[in-house]
Amino acid sequence: MRKNTQNFTVSRRALLQTAAGLAGGALLPAGMVVSALAEDHPALGTYPAGSSGSSVFVGISVPRTGTYAAQGEDLIKGYELAIEHLNAGHELMAKISPNIKKGVLGKQVKHGIADSEAKPNTAVQNFSKFISQDKAVVITGSVSSAEAVAMNKTADREKVIYLPGISGSNDTTGKDCVRYSFRECFYAETAARAIVPVLIKTLGKDKKVAFLTPDYTYGHTVRESVENHMKEGGWTTVTNQISPLGTTDFSSYLLNVANSGADVVVNINFGRDAVLSTKQAQQFGILSKMTLTLPYNTPFLAKEVGAENMQGVIAATDYWWTMEDKYPLAKLFNEAFRAKYKSNPEWGACCGYLQLAMWADAVERAKSFYPPDVIKAYESGAKVQSMVGEVQFRAADHQLIRPVVITRGKKPGDMKNPEDFYDVIDIVEGGPLMQAPDAFGCKLGSST
Amino acid sequence: MVNWANLVSQMFNGLVLGALLALISSGLTIIYGTLGVLNLAHGAMFMVGGYAGFVAYGYTGSFIAAVFCGSLFVLLVGVIMERGIIRHFYNRPDEDQILVTFGLGICFVEIIRFFFGSLSRSMPSPPWASGITSLGFMFYPTYRLAVVGIVAVALLVLYLVLYRTRLGMIVRAGIEDSVMVDSLGINVYRIFMVVFGIGAMAAGFAGIVNLPVAPITPDIGDAILVQAFVVIVIGGVGSFPGAVLGGLIAGEILSITSMINPGYSYAMLFVVMTIVLVARPHGLLGTQGRN
Repeated sequence: MRKNTQNFTVSRRALLQTAAGLAGGALLPAGMVVSALAEDHPALGTYPAGSSGSSVFVGISVPRTGTYAAQGEDLIKGYELAIEHLNAGHELMAKISPNIKKGVLGKQVKHGIADSEAKPNTAVQNFSKFISQDKAVVITGSVSSAEAVAMNKTADREKVIYLPGISGSNDTTGKDCVRYSFRECFYAETAARAIVPVLIKTLGKDKKVAFLTPDYTYGHTVRESVENHMKEGGWTTVTNQISPLGTTDFSSYLLNVANSGADVVVNINFGRDAVLSTKQAQQFGILSKMTLTLPYNTPFLAKEVGAENMQGVIAATDYWWTMEDKYPLAKLFNEAFRAKYKSNPEWGACCGYLQLAMWADAVERAKSFYPPDVIKAYESGAKVQSMVGEVQFRAADHQLIRPVVITRGKKPGDMKNPEDFYDVIDIVEGGPLMQAPDAFGCKLGSST
Repeated sequence: MVNWANLVSQMFNGLVLGALLALISSGLTIIYGTLGVLNLAHGAMFMVGGYAGFVAYGYTGSFIAAVFCGSLFVLLVGVIMERGIIRHFYNRPDEDQILVTFGLGICFVEIIRFFFGSLSRSMPSPPWASGITSLGFMFYPTYRLAVVGIVAVALLVLYLVLYRTRLGMIVRAGIEDSVMVDSLGINVYRIFMVVFGIGAMAAGFAGIVNLPVAPITPDIGDAILVQAFVVIVIGGVGSFPGAVLGGLIAGEILSITSMINPGYSYAMLFVVMTIVLVARPHGLLGTQGRN
């Protein structure tokens, strides 16, 4: 029935346009008929139901419990600040994109938050609920790549745009990429290409490496990428300790590392797993014998393990608050964040904020919430300003081209304030870090 | 070719891990053995103990004070829990007890999250047990060595209370036949309250002792609870010596398997549990169990 109604609408509109053309004294050219039909927007996903009122709904699904709870809360802070700024027409939004006005296409943005527990099935349930109950026009959030990949697939099936939060696996915009998903943060391959040359330059050639790897897509792809690139320095893997997500006692794994004769420990664990494994590595004397490095640094890690354990540690990250000295938008963002939350933002907050700002920019440029139009706007290669300089999405795999930030832990005595944990030693330009778009098997599907 | 140094160091690590599991599981098994309550809030007691110790340490800066005050706090929480809720479920079906204790566990997690947030908290090792000790075949964190001693003393005290005191005699008699004990003029329910408190305190004590080893977060008890249940199933549900034996076995399985293939260590724990259940349905040291 609905299909018939739509067909009728199409014919009526085409008819009216043809009539208008005739009234103008000329027949409508064939190309314009096609264009008129293409501009028509049949119901798709939550369109038009989700954007027919005076407000639109953003669904946020992040872990609020479990290993990644702290990172989930950080993301929420970024999302909520962005929504507040979008609704108020804050100057930071206007500086990110001049297309962004008050609200999104004049509509106020509402939101809901659901706990994903970092579990793919729970994340998918949240996704479905946001669609069926709230008619969400966009859904965002993840800390685990496992949930990001699951939400990617759901987004593509349901034809609702999805924006991963934190997700470091190559697969998210690689073999599991979809037309409906756009990732902001850096990932395994970019992390490896950015950090490994710094490590080889700092530590020298022919080192022995021990990996601490969480057992899922993120952990394995980061390990593979780092391992591939460290060959350039003649570095070899002596042990790879794979632990389940949510491990609390790493002693058995750490004993294997301690006995491995490694020079460098690459800790790929993230969230609480990274905190626990790093702290316990210190107890086993590993940090004093081997050099620790983190290709995907956990927000809050230094705060939780203490500056004394992080001094000298080289890590790759998405954002660090002292970058406000270099980027004016980072300064504006930090100031707004501090005013609202009384602390400095970590990179989850930055990622959440930027994802929603870039979505608002794409919608404003598309002048529509119709998903294929918004996707086209995303894929146009338009550049926006961000807290880390000018960035743009790559149309071929929907990965944001953005720099990777390399930090080194400060000595406790050199810290200017209690949150001054890192020196930013390099900001590596994003473009050269990225692999060919199809290198990890990305095949974007159709938008309709 | 077996690397003997690795094997011995992993076996030693298994002993340390197992000691802690034994202490946590002994609390769980005492509560089940005496009261017949499958306490799914036991992991939360471990977590509450950790936070209580963290707060006490914050005020006093003393490890001993943290252990003492934190343990007392969990004892109190256990007693209040028993008086307020658990005792109403003694004669109810197992599934009611499971659901109510599971719910209590969630409440504790959310209360702690409300006050402390999701970031992890920790306590430094006491000065007398900080650093690393050389054991000849390996270097090992001194505090983890101390944990074995602390837990051994705690288990010994628990054993003496259960097997060498009047209270313990009543408790054990209560396990066998609570109606008879009640008819002898002993207030069984008061004893039950104390037992529940002691069981909770064992988990809370372990939570505090574990604090310098692994920082805590509100939901850290979830994983501990599962392991504690596996331990008492291996050792024999309701058996105190079984909990100790099961804890040590579980610690060794986790450690030694992780030397061969870390990914399989938890799977192996359940494989061993299944083998034990098939061969001895009541666990290694379990009896016929409760009716």
